[in-house]
Amino acid sequence: MSTDTSPPSRRGLIAFAWLWVGAPLAYGLYELVQKATQLFTG
Amino acid sequence: MSSPPVAPRGWSRWLVPPAALSVHLSIGQAYAWSVFKPPLESALGLDGTQSALPFQLAIVMLGLSAAFGGTLVERNGPRWAMTVALICFSSGFLISALGAQTEQYWLIVLGYGFVGGIGLGIGYISPVSTLIKWFPDRPGMATGIAIMGFGGGALIASPWSAQMLESFGSDHSGIALAFLVHGLSYAVFMTLGVLLVRVPRTEKPVASGPSAFEGVQVSARSAVRTPQFWCLWLVLCMNVTAGIGILEKAAPMITDFFADSSTPVSASAAAGFVALLSAANMAGRIGWSSTSDLIGRKNIYRVYLGVGAVTYLIIALFGDSSKPLFVLCALVILSFYGGGFATIPAYLKDLFGTYEVGAIHGRLLTAWSTAGVLGPLIVNWIADRQEEAGKHGSSLYGLSFSIMIGLLVVGFVANELVRPVHSKHHVPAPKEGADVDRHQSA
Repeated sequence: MSTDTSPPSRRGLIAFAWLWVGAPLAYGLYELVQKATQLFTG
Repeated sequence: MSSPPVAPRGWSRWLVPPAALSVHLSIGQAYAWSVFKPPLESALGLDGTQSALPFQLAIVMLGLSAAFGGTLVERNGPRWAMTVALICFSSGFLISALGAQTEQYWLIVLGYGFVGGIGLGIGYISPVSTLIKWFPDRPGMATGIAIMGFGGGALIASPWSAQMLESFGSDHSGIALAFLVHGLSYAVFMTLGVLLVRVPRTEKPVASGPSAFEGVQVSARSAVRTPQFWCLWLVLCMNVTAGIGILEKAAPMITDFFADSSTPVSASAAAGFVALLSAANMAGRIGWSSTSDLIGRKNIYRVYLGVGAVTYLIIALFGDSSKPLFVLCALVILSFYGGGFATIPAYLKDLFGTYEVGAIHGRLLTAWSTAGVLGPLIVNWIADRQEEAGKHGSSLYGLSFSIMIGLLVVGFVANELVRPVHSKHHVPAPKEGADVDRHQSA
């Protein structure tokens, strides 16, 4: 009988980790875009 | 000494970039220090030079700790380094909170500048060699993601800190509370990096293509004795100086260039221009660094330095004739500035291998510190002298642009002189498995 087990899937952890860093970065980028548009409207 | 955390079977390499980003997005806050300057000046009665001290000391400490702490980072691994970065960076804010609350400004300089600055340096280099080992097939992209985070940190911190000061108030208690919240929040945010970071198992390559542990390997001690290291030092220094040449005076520069035109640039439009430059800086870090994986490191620096010099020339000759042309050229130069930062670890890996690439990178960052002094000095000093000489508008910057072109040409030549490292500097090839031991059981 084989004792080999497949490694656990890390998909949930990967999604969580990218969301952890992606959410604040998205906030920063949103604020940046708001400010950058002043170049064309200001 | 701690043992670097080795990845369990099935650990995904895509967990390492967010670990790196959680550190770089945090320490990138340093570039948003200016948000705290006006409140500190009014609350503690400081002038502009005094309120800049914590930031300046932090940048000096970044360079010093990256240069001198690199070998320790290599020896103890990324988790140790990220933990040190977390403790130093967060306690820097907590000490500053105490300083603001008790109105002892020296505590803010000590906390944010000295203690926090050590966190910046160790944090900056902490994920570099680990990322390169996980992504031997795409080292430029991997380090580009992390180093992009350093640029992104200020984008997050700038509006966040400003909103916090608005809520808590700009007096010394409000600033203290803001520092406290920063210290605690960054500690929590960086914890993800500490928990997730792993060094790859090395019994088989983590990706198809070249293994991270094969090829030329040079120690940090030997690397600084090679002409290649100093050529790259010059390349980085010149590229960063040229970028700072624009970044340092971006807002007054665009205003001066079009002061006499029919559509002068307003203050808010100039602020928008500065924000756009930050975006180009960030995009360059990930975009150009990833491109270097396809066209090679030497070629991408030919673009940064050669096309950068031509772009500066276009601004100098025709910049005041067209606003879109001026903006486009400035964006290109800033994207090269960011790209130069992000591509250098992969260039070091190509030349010196992964053996102590983090430590070598740390030593090379002294070029950044030098450029940080050189760039603003050239642009500000020349602009002041030109103004005294009665010049105005775009002619204030003609001479500094010529100097920047010259510096970029020097960098271009230095890049051309880069050759493979002589075998006398190589670390003797280890027996099978020995390299793994060097990196995983130190």
